[in-house]
Amino acid sequence: MKRFIGFIKKEFYHIFRDRRSLFILFGMPIAQILLFGFAITNEINNVDIAILDHSKDATTEEIINKISASKYFSVNQFIEKESDIETIFKKGKVKAVLNFEKDFSKNLIKDHNATLQIITDATDPNTANTISNFVNAILTQYQKELNKDITIEYQIVPRTRMVYNPELKSVYMFVPGVMTIILMLVSAMMTSISITREKELGTMEILLVSPLKPLQVIIGKVFPYIFLSIINALVIIVLSIFIFKMPVQGSLVLLGLESILFIISALALGILISTISATQQTAMMISLMGLMLPVILLSGFIFPISSMPIPLQVISNIIPAKWFIIIIKGIMLKGVGLQYVWKETLILFGMTVFFIGLSVKKYKIRLE
Amino acid sequence: MNNERVIQVEGLTKMFGDFTAVNAITFEVNKGEIFGFLSANGAGKTTAMKMLVGISNPTSGKANVAGFDVFTNAEEIKKNIGYMSQKFALYDDLTVKENITFFGGIYGLSRKRIKEKSAILIQELGLEKVANKLVGALPLGWKQKLSFSVSLLHDPKIVFLDEPTGGVDPITRRQFWEMIYKAAHQGTTVFVTTHYMDEAEYCDRVSIMVNGKIEALDTPKKLKEQFKADNMNDVFLKLARG
Repeated sequence: MKRFIGFIKKEFYHIFRDRRSLFILFGMPIAQILLFGFAITNEINNVDIAILDHSKDATTEEIINKISASKYFSVNQFIEKESDIETIFKKGKVKAVLNFEKDFSKNLIKDHNATLQIITDATDPNTANTISNFVNAILTQYQKELNKDITIEYQIVPRTRMVYNPELKSVYMFVPGVMTIILMLVSAMMTSISITREKELGTMEILLVSPLKPLQVIIGKVFPYIFLSIINALVIIVLSIFIFKMPVQGSLVLLGLESILFIISALALGILISTISATQQTAMMISLMGLMLPVILLSGFIFPISSMPIPLQVISNIIPAKWFIIIIKGIMLKGVGLQYVWKETLILFGMTVFFIGLSVKKYKIRLE
Repeated sequence: MNNERVIQVEGLTKMFGDFTAVNAITFEVNKGEIFGFLSANGAGKTTAMKMLVGISNPTSGKANVAGFDVFTNAEEIKKNIGYMSQKFALYDDLTVKENITFFGGIYGLSRKRIKEKSAILIQELGLEKVANKLVGALPLGWKQKLSFSVSLLHDPKIVFLDEPTGGVDPITRRQFWEMIYKAAHQGTTVFVTTHYMDEAEYCDRVSIMVNGKIEALDTPKKLKEQFKADNMNDVFLKLARG
């Protein structure tokens, strides 16, 4: 035990004396959570739009007023002819053009049918989509006001209610993802680098020739990172609660235990990576390409898994981060207990056991 | 020099697939002896040494180190030997004292013993002024000497040195060998690999491996007579050319 404590003390010296690793450990989580929270967002605010109004009557004016009064849009300019649309898009500032047909008011009253064309700049498809949805919503609202005196029988009125994140704040979606990325990064990348570093320096050989057992060496190497990862998880949760007012509905204890499970699976992956790479650079590259990319792209963190092609959906199942994100989203946003996420937990647990088994086996082979 | 045998090796072999890195080597090393382990071409000697220190399993043969069998009792061997690898193997980002404390600790020395030992060691090496400086800031020669002293911290019966003087200036090499003599004089067996032929002359006995086999084993003096050579370098060249 005393040997073990000495070993861990040494690990902490390594971590605290290396500015680079200190930065990755503590700067990164804070920077990422703030970046994702403030800068990267799916919400739209004051999007510049242009109006091409062929009829210029009372109705179109009313609609334009409604749109420019909303906080989502600001009417940037009025154009006169169709050929201006392309020019204005090419300039890049205007994201959408509303094209009112000729005799808009007349058509509406006479034929009960008027056409408004919404042209959006879809170089950024997400924003384009959101813009068109928001314009539609404003139009629907306006039509309701027009029809408020008329009762239509057999009318289906969809009432949408967004639950768990009613304001559709993207930070709620990013916090679980960022937490997953950070835990993966700290646990897997940092351990794999720190183990390969000993291999590179030749100190691993000295440790293996010493009476320390290989298992003790490995546990001694990963233990500080378990500790630091837990601190990181706490920092992220505290930041998201206090800065982004994100509610944590479920049990913090369950959240903590699930995080520890995920940390251990990531550590096992880190050990696995260190057994197959000879240098710190290789370990870093494998961690980044082999772990970070799938975590970001395939875990459902940014891109919804249900809209991926089937092969990618299948692949996403073998990524531990996917299950962890489902679990912590459930706990943080929906406030569910273990009875709702036991399946995901079991899968994550199984993966953890598998990775530990594999890395222990690999590690032994390497010693032969 | 008495005749207590601390290393006994018989027909020790290591194969990597079809390649035989170490081919049935047989030799003995006596207590307090400085045993030079040379090899004409690369791999063999490091592999053989790894088997003796218990981090590589032999394919076949017998080996007994410090009274323990390498197949069945590698853990006991590890407690009784010291090891210094060809790469400088202390931690650059730890201070001199922290390195000593760490390595003393993993060999199970008590805190009190570590304190005594490190005080003596720092004084002997003249490192008082840099005891609390990071090892990375020391010149290579000092590091090597420190590294050797650290490998002797737990008073091992045998110390294995894998090319300990690589890249070190001649004066430091000289001082290093004085330290080796001193350790041997105090009863520690020294098992050393080197590719400096002048260093081979300093050994009590020398074995030379060619293509995984031991082709010559004797005192430097007798080897020179046997191969009618003026110095160890010539002996070595004659063997290497076949």
